[in-house]
Amino acid sequence: MTHSDLTILVIDENAIRSSIIEEGLRQAGHGNVTVIHDAQGVGRIIENLRPDVIVIDLENPNRDMLESMFQLSRSVKRPIAMFVDRSDQSMIEAAVEAGVSAYIVDGLRQERVKPILDMAISRFNAFSKMARELEEARSELENRKIIDRAKGILMKSKGLSEEEAYRLLRKTAMNQNRKIGEIAQSLVMAAGLLEK
Amino acid sequence: MMDGAEISVGFLPLLDSAILIAAAEKGFARDERIEMKLVRETSWANIRDRVAVGHFQAAHMLAPMPIASNLGLSPLSVPMVAPMALGLGGNAVTVSVPLYEEMAAHGMTGDLDPADAGRALKAVIAARGGAERLRIAVVHPFSGHNYELRYWLAACGIDPERDAEIIVVPPPLMPDALASGNIDMCCVGEPWNSVAVSQGGGRIITVKARIWRNSPEKVLGVTARWADANPDVLDALLRALYRAAEWCGRSENAEELAAVLSRPHWLDVDAKLLLGCLTGALATRPDRIVQVDDFFVRHEKAATFPWQSHALWFYSQMVRWGQSRHSPQNAEIARDSYRPDIYRRALKPLPTPLPGANLKVEGALSRPQHVGASKAGLVLGPDGFFDGRIFDPDAIDAYIAGQNQHRGK
Repeated sequence: MTHSDLTILVIDENAIRSSIIEEGLRQAGHGNVTVIHDAQGVGRIIENLRPDVIVIDLENPNRDMLESMFQLSRSVKRPIAMFVDRSDQSMIEAAVEAGVSAYIVDGLRQERVKPILDMAISRFNAFSKMARELEEARSELENRKIIDRAKGILMKSKGLSEEEAYRLLRKTAMNQNRKIGEIAQSLVMAAGLLEK
Repeated sequence: MMDGAEISVGFLPLLDSAILIAAAEKGFARDERIEMKLVRETSWANIRDRVAVGHFQAAHMLAPMPIASNLGLSPLSVPMVAPMALGLGGNAVTVSVPLYEEMAAHGMTGDLDPADAGRALKAVIAARGGAERLRIAVVHPFSGHNYELRYWLAACGIDPERDAEIIVVPPPLMPDALASGNIDMCCVGEPWNSVAVSQGGGRIITVKARIWRNSPEKVLGVTARWADANPDVLDALLRALYRAAEWCGRSENAEELAAVLSRPHWLDVDAKLLLGCLTGALATRPDRIVQVDDFFVRHEKAATFPWQSHALWFYSQMVRWGQSRHSPQNAEIARDSYRPDIYRRALKPLPTPLPGANLKVEGALSRPQHVGASKAGLVLGPDGFFDGRIFDPDAIDAYIAGQNQHRGK
């Protein structure tokens, strides 16, 4: 494999996302990939591993620690530069937007690193999209559950059919210019209060 | 007159984000027709990067950060300016309980006097005989914390590099790092010292306000490009922040400010603890409260004025610790990172006394003093360094040449 000589360290507290990155790197032919989730003791790991490239998520509060280690040549033997300052502005923006940053050993040619960061950016974006969709699906499911409960309350208290109960909810939502889920939520809450 | 402007401003959960938070929460930004969206960040690197790429139009920044960026010392060295400071002081030095007890056994009185604490620390280091170097955490290599800590250690005859290992830990993680024994000491902004004390893992041994009274800490940082392209928005923002600083500085507002800052989306720290930090009543250990004058100054004493002598002092420390080379050009770049001209331009419409000078001799005022200003009523100081040294920005070459004789080597 052409890339197998590059040693890559991925630091990401999110286990799912980091495994997606790792898989991407392996698919691109990088066999020498190490993933850590906890930045604690990262100095020793870097010393032993001597990575050429370090990829880190921007949510990680230990970015400052990592960068300071690059300045102290004592804990990191080889000079490490921040990749972002050598690349073009749009790449920087895309990386920050996606929530990822990369650092490289000084002297490593940029064209060898660019595909790595490109891949990390696209996988970070894919992960965010997936997380967002998951969240939407979850709230959709909760919405449906709450609407079912609201329908049940209306059917019981007003003697309506399921169809009529739903229509009443929908009409009320339209009149008040609110979402049907919100109306259902209010109704369920009100019913809960009245029960007590 | 400009239309309403929407800006995103990054901050880290620290006491000295107070002026920014008050500007958003108390309507000062809205009064200037600014819709200010505050975004809490997890690292100074993120603040730097997101300002550089334009995600944030402005941010709560460590005062040396714009200087480092302009000197090309940090990645993404985008030209930045600091048109305003966000207060004076607010940091402390906190040690682990075992180190505190060792220092107490070597005669430390615990009254926060830096010379007294330094003497005890030197004795502890001598007693250990070089067996283990102290592990000390600061929040960033380009930070007031890094420089005031090193200044204090060196002035006490402790070599920060030979006798200690200085590492970086994010502010909110300091209390845990102390409690778990990962570090022996830290220099961090409040409330994280007080949190360490209240959780039981830390004891405060000295404070920034005693190492160098009324000294600079955070600034508002913006890119030079944004500042040039949006002078009206920047001026409006500075006026909003100035009014917020006035509000934050009034003692009758301390309780409300503590309550606001304590909210989960801001600092998420107990309001009572924050109130102690705001009033300078520091619980240095569970059984002792020490009242510190000028602990964190939000408004008085031109606390938001970007003194170029402050920028130059930070620069002198970058040179001292090998981060930057000294040259007249570099000194000029550092000085011009601070923009008192923008501050004056923005605040001109306000009935407020503005300092007449851009630089002052630091450490020369042993008591509060009326100074020359655009209107009467500006009082500065006292501003002494604990070791009595004076920083005259006009004599920066001599200061830089002389400072390393203090390193105890």
